[in-house]
Amino acid sequence: MTAEIITMGSLNIVTAMPEIFLLIMACLVLLVDLYLPAEKRQLTYLLAQLSLIITLVLMLMNPVTHTTLAFNEFYIHDPLSQVLKSFILIISFGVFVYSRDYLAQRNIFKGEFYVLGLFAIAGMMLMVSANNMLMLYLGLELLSLCLYALVAYNRDNAKASEAAMKYFILGAIASGMLLYGMSIIYGLTGSLKFTDIATAVATGTNSAQHIGLVFGLVFIVVAIGFKLGAVPFHMWIPDVYHGAPTVVTVFIGSAPKLAGFAMFMRLLVEGLGGLQADWQQMVIVLSVLSMAVGNIVAIAQANLKRMLAYSTISHIGFLLLGIIATTPDGYAAAMFYTISYALMALGGFGMIILMARKGFEAENIADFAGLNQRSPWFAFIMSILMLSMAGVPPTLGFWAKVAVISAVIDVNMVWLAILAVIFSIVGVFYYIRIIKVMYFDEATENTPIECGRDMQLTLSTNGLAILALGLYPAALMALCVSVFK
Amino acid sequence: MTITDFLFFVFAGMVIMSALGVVTSKNPVHSIMFLVLTFFCSAAIWLMLEAEFLAIILVLVYVGAVMVLFLFVVMMLDINIVKMRQGFVSYLPVGIAFAVVILAIMVWVVGPASPDVSNTAALHQAVTHGADYSNTKMLGKIIYTDYVLAFEIAAVILLVAIIAAISLTLRRRPGTKHQIPGEQIKVKRDDRLKIISMEAEVKK
Repeated sequence: MTAEIITMGSLNIVTAMPEIFLLIMACLVLLVDLYLPAEKRQLTYLLAQLSLIITLVLMLMNPVTHTTLAFNEFYIHDPLSQVLKSFILIISFGVFVYSRDYLAQRNIFKGEFYVLGLFAIAGMMLMVSANNMLMLYLGLELLSLCLYALVAYNRDNAKASEAAMKYFILGAIASGMLLYGMSIIYGLTGSLKFTDIATAVATGTNSAQHIGLVFGLVFIVVAIGFKLGAVPFHMWIPDVYHGAPTVVTVFIGSAPKLAGFAMFMRLLVEGLGGLQADWQQMVIVLSVLSMAVGNIVAIAQANLKRMLAYSTISHIGFLLLGIIATTPDGYAAAMFYTISYALMALGGFGMIILMARKGFEAENIADFAGLNQRSPWFAFIMSILMLSMAGVPPTLGFWAKVAVISAVIDVNMVWLAILAVIFSIVGVFYYIRIIKVMYFDEATENTPIECGRDMQLTLSTNGLAILALGLYPAALMALCVSVFK
Repeated sequence: MTITDFLFFVFAGMVIMSALGVVTSKNPVHSIMFLVLTFFCSAAIWLMLEAEFLAIILVLVYVGAVMVLFLFVVMMLDINIVKMRQGFVSYLPVGIAFAVVILAIMVWVVGPASPDVSNTAALHQAVTHGADYSNTKMLGKIIYTDYVLAFEIAAVILLVAIIAAISLTLRRRPGTKHQIPGEQIKVKRDDRLKIISMEAEVKK
């Protein structure tokens, strides 16, 4: 019985300090917010941002030269988790900056947004650091539960409530599928820990056990497809992105993709790497369908949030390409793509928040007409974001697409690379249309764009970072490659 | 047959009978009562398996809380049983087909042909403990050591559920009527009652 000999040392609490700190701060923000009068609510916001920064610092202080386990091997700190968690925190910081004015203008500037946001971030971090199916599931549930509540956050909006209901039901089904798949895998391998599962799969499986494992694997792939939003499990994405308040859309659309990528890596690559040949086939189907449906249906959208939702689906298809390659370079490419996409989604939805004001949501593509006449600078930023999503050099999105496509070419799946290129050309159409609307259409209104200095600064940094990383992609690429060394 | 075997068959039989009662009784309230009995007998079986903590939790949580909630909901809903029973015959073949398939699978897996299960000698090797053994204590030790992180995160998820539920429901809507106790206490006689002087009416 290990229970008797357990000590504080084997728990290794210090390694998990960032998560522990973040959870404590989330509770603290909740309590502080209770006693704050409405006019001092800014303090809640500042406290939430401060806790993100300190969590990031605490995490960067952890050494990554070797893998550290904590909490009886439930928790893992390795280069993969270090990089993904850093980007989750940085992107969430941006989301919070974008949210402040938007919430205040709509009289929903309440502490719960930041409390639920912090808990969701903690959930993502735990997912990334999970070394065990149980931990992965709990992290995912913590994240999902916060997101369901955040989608319904603006209760007086019927569309948001409908979106939350759909998200909740589909999300619950997906979680159930995941749990069912995990229980089958657990039953056949006798362990919840990823490393033990990998050993059990690698050593001695007869054909009957193999069928059982593949049966469980199907449920897990379906659940991951649901959570990432890959076709044919994408139905919730357009409605939820469209119905949710834009600040929640930007949150759902950015950081959780990184956690979803980690979920894929931990479960399918670390845990079930032995079944690679089986899941590769399934992921190819998901990837091709996502690229096709996402890019083609996006063309027909007049609502920008819906268009970006379909664009998300197509990007998921692209990032799965890197995983299909099943080489270290492929995983690095997929990670590079995920990080790039999260940054682009942050900026893209951030622009919608920037354009919106009290009583007006700049959701339609027509609302961007003549943006160049109103604000040449933000028209330029939006152009960078759209070109990057389309994958036009010299932006970050171009290198991301190059990385995943060259990864599949390296493993001789040229037909897949050709399909990816064709669909990305289809995709260029609807991104370029936004740029055409901004620069060549007459502005329908001439009110100047009003928003806080912090929002303008962050959004500009966001856009310029995509350009800068596109000009010098080597550093980020090297970081991703080093993770899978 | 020992006394424990006898008790097992009594409780197992009751579980099966009451589970049948859940699906066959016409009144939904009776169904729930049968479900309570099913849980209760399952708890008794768990108790015999030396899992007393789980047995108590089953009674406290399921019988005590969840089923009572069910009962409230069913009593509040106006269920039209006659309408619900329409189309029973047309669904019957599909239902029977599914039942037969599931029964066949179960016989295949746990039936006499299955080598793992039919080895009854293995069943009798179950470890039994003395009176000083506490299942609750062992569970507690594991939960607070090996599984401490998962346990704490489960607690955080419950906290988030509370926060989410309150933040979604606690709000002031413009058209709703609610009491303001402060105003009610401050009310004076003059606000409610007006004494006017008028001529006395005389019965004619």
